Amino acid sequence: MGEFFAMGGYAWYVWMAYGAAALTIVVEIAAVRTRRRRAFDELRMAAEPAPAAPSLMRTRGAR
Amino acid sequence: MLINWFRLSSPVSFYPLAGAWSYAFGALAALLAGAGLVVALWIAPTDATQGDAYRIIFIHVPAAWMAMFIYLVMACWSAAALGFNTRLSAMMAQALAPTGALMAALALWTGAFWGRPTWGTYWAWDARMTSTLILLFLYLGIIALRSSIEDPRRADRACAVLALVGAVNVPIIYFSVQWWNTLHQGSSISLTAAPKMAMTMLAGILIMTAAAWCYTIAVVLARVQAIIVERERGAGWLESLIDLRAEGRA
Repeated sequence: MGEFFAMGGYAWYVWMAYGAAALTIVVEIAAVRTRRRRAFDELRMAAEPAPAAPSLMRTRGAR
Repeated sequence: MLINWFRLSSPVSFYPLAGAWSYAFGALAALLAGAGLVVALWIAPTDATQGDAYRIIFIHVPAAWMAMFIYLVMACWSAAALGFNTRLSAMMAQALAPTGALMAALALWTGAFWGRPTWGTYWAWDARMTSTLILLFLYLGIIALRSSIEDPRRADRACAVLALVGAVNVPIIYFSVQWWNTLHQGSSISLTAAPKMAMTMLAGILIMTAAAWCYTIAVVLARVQAIIVERERGAGWLESLIDLRAEGRA
């Protein structure tokens, strides 16, 4: 196992290359999923009727 | 089977297909990458002259190919967007740019970590490396140009023109190793000549390239879904998607 990770003495180079590729894929997938979810959140907010605004009269009366 | 391609070119009918294809290609990419990694890290033999450092090839070559292919595909969608004025073509071009930039960056990064043990340097102003760096800058330029133009339809046209002009760089990258004799070696894989490497090494590269293709298709289709939702917000049809999504179908 240790021999495998040592990559014949080239561990630093090999794993920096493979690690960067893995990190890129993970980050890109997460970014795309977040972007899609956020786009839907904004769509939903735009579609739903705005929550009833608190009446100015009542807030004034409460004070 | 008749497919009405003009119907597909509308975001309304494309959206659900994009979701289904994205998951299918994503699953395929995971399978291929798993098989490709087994070949790349275990089955392929250690290289006689480069030792195990050569195993970077299984990431480097697919990433570099994808960086160039994605640019050409993006340029084609840009041409379609300019020629037919179709919204979805421009959205496809928009969705391809970030993945292309990542592939170009990955090609340069893995190249640096391959160059250091084999050439003795992380970076040189070699013809292929420099033209690939320009490719990365073109992708970043297209992304920056889009974000600097408020009106998406004007941004589409500006980005399409830049993408088409920049396409001249792709053949320069491809032929750079023949036109200039600098550091980067020539092609090891050719459609016309026998491969200059062990069969398992070639198989590993081809499987990893197929995985990179499937991954790119999957992630770009998912991104184009996000772009459709962002850009078609005013269109009534999108609101029906909210219910579909709540049911986990979109």
